[in-house]
Amino acid sequence: MLQINVENLRMQKLPHIWCPGCGNGIALSALTRAIDKLGYDHDEVAIVSGIGCSSRSPGYLNFNTLHTTHGRAIAFATGLKIFKPKMKVFIVTGDGDCTAIGGNHFIHAARRNIDLNVILFNNNIYGMTGGQASPMTPFGRTATTAPYGTVERNFDIMELAKAAGATFCGRATAAHPRLIESLIVKAAQNKGFSVVEAMLPCPIGFGRRNKLGGPVEMMKYLEENSVRVQKAQKMSEEELKGKFVIGEFYNKPAPEYIEEYDKIIAKLKK
Amino acid sequence: MSQVKTKLMQGNEACAAGALAAGVCFFAGYPITPSTEIAEQMALHLPRVGGKFIQMEDEIGAMAAVIGASIAGAKALTATSGPGFSLKQENLGYAALTEIPCVVVDVQRLGPSTGNPTAPSQGDVMQARWGTHGDHPIVAFSPSSVKEAFELTVKAVNVSEKYRTPVVLLLDEIVGHMRENVSLPDKVEVVERMKPANRENYLPYKLDQEVTPLIPFGEGEYYHITGLFHDESGFPNLVPELVTKKMDRLMAKINNHKDDLIITDEYALEDAEVVVFTYGASSRSARRAVKEARAQGLRVGMLRTATIWPFPEEKVKAVAEQAKAIVVPEMNMGQLIYEVERVAKGEADVVGVNRYNGEIITPEEILQKVKGLMNGATN
Repeated sequence: MLQINVENLRMQKLPHIWCPGCGNGIALSALTRAIDKLGYDHDEVAIVSGIGCSSRSPGYLNFNTLHTTHGRAIAFATGLKIFKPKMKVFIVTGDGDCTAIGGNHFIHAARRNIDLNVILFNNNIYGMTGGQASPMTPFGRTATTAPYGTVERNFDIMELAKAAGATFCGRATAAHPRLIESLIVKAAQNKGFSVVEAMLPCPIGFGRRNKLGGPVEMMKYLEENSVRVQKAQKMSEEELKGKFVIGEFYNKPAPEYIEEYDKIIAKLKK
Repeated sequence: MSQVKTKLMQGNEACAAGALAAGVCFFAGYPITPSTEIAEQMALHLPRVGGKFIQMEDEIGAMAAVIGASIAGAKALTATSGPGFSLKQENLGYAALTEIPCVVVDVQRLGPSTGNPTAPSQGDVMQARWGTHGDHPIVAFSPSSVKEAFELTVKAVNVSEKYRTPVVLLLDEIVGHMRENVSLPDKVEVVERMKPANRENYLPYKLDQEVTPLIPFGEGEYYHITGLFHDESGFPNLVPELVTKKMDRLMAKINNHKDDLIITDEYALEDAEVVVFTYGASSRSARRAVKEARAQGLRVGMLRTATIWPFPEEKVKAVAEQAKAIVVPEMNMGQLIYEVERVAKGEADVVGVNRYNGEIITPEEILQKVKGLMNGATN
């Protein structure tokens, strides 16, 4: 049984606002365990979020917490981190928040390789507004704004992050809470822009409409269709159809924005 | 204040110099005419004083980064113009509700839309007041000279820190790009962010205090900031009674301090029958027109305001009671004139002189209007 350190939670703010069967709590508890493992002092941790279901996470977390505007969490976090580099910054953001309205901030933060950790809670849907299609709603799936199935292709956020310049990327699902946790630890240890995608079930907003069953069936679906990245490398495109590749995708250091800027400050001081 | 040597400089440069003098140590921006020189100056000078500059991917991100840095304890500023000012509005509202100090410089250009990027305008005075959705407090200053661009930038930074509020600085293309000889003080009065006397049970939004000291993130108190309505502790709370109290306090913290915020000056006002009410670059033409009118023996005066918001109601009211007409020159189709009319309440005729094509208002145009009013014409 995975334990959660109650000191990391604001117990008086519970119960949370999420629906029964929501996967957000699994990713949230993985985040708190990762922070414990990293041994960070509470005061040096900042959790920054945008708008949406997952973005309500910071309210339950006992750290410096900042709930910003829709899509802008990474940009707020950029200012915070640049001015106070000692802060360990985790951005909790949803698929709509991060990859639609916040997509531009996401790719540019990746390009800068600024030392921020994005924990992307991907439930394939806009949950807070009641089940609209997001850029990560899989092709053909239905949503209230795609009643006949979405004809848009969904992002593969690992590929996007890597192409944009992120130096650590990994993906796990709610059926792999230990993997979410270990990926967050590695993300935080990477001096640069890191992205951890947590695939989470949204039985109410996404699963029900798409006849994916209840929370249990959705968890099973995530587990049964996940393929480790090492194994996936040996599989054909045909074999990988409908599968979720999970694990560590990319981990390669590159010059980090704040360190590079600080070099200029040091040079000018001389 | 001791004076250093006289220097020929641009309004935008003076604005950057003012920001640095006031202790601004963080700038996030995005290039846009006619404000870009401010970003360029900050990029050049900030790292020299250990500050941080970042060119963001857009204006929305720049505003967000400025608020983020302010939450970490920085005096933070961004600069933009028309289209960028529109993009800043979302997070400007966030700063107003969450009470995060920051300064937004808007070097006004002709709009709407892309309009004419290199032409002056005073078309954003109402956007500065009402641009972000919902009721909210705002402070806005508008300089009319290069020296005043420096002084009001210092004032804007100080006010934002003192009242935990976003402040808008409305330059226009003329003041921003114009070069004047200025003597800048080597030292200015700087307001530092308030520190709480007692850290026990820290509440970032006390209801019984107009302004609660803001402890930056990472300095020993970890709490919550949200753009949702919130209680004294900062956590979401949408109870209507609490929302009313929060909103009333937000407005009161500005409205109760008009004496500290409103800066005006008067010229030949004593016996004036017609008064030119003016602000920004237009007041340069207005002053010339009033001087000319006086030379011709006409009883004409001028009231200039450097503070747009809160609006200088008392001053305008006094003028309306004294004069038979108020002339309001604006490089727009008539915006601040609505406030003048509201305050004058029919006590005096209120007449605009407007340019909205990228040209400046000339002293002759104002003088002509004044003379017409002296002769009894109202438009």
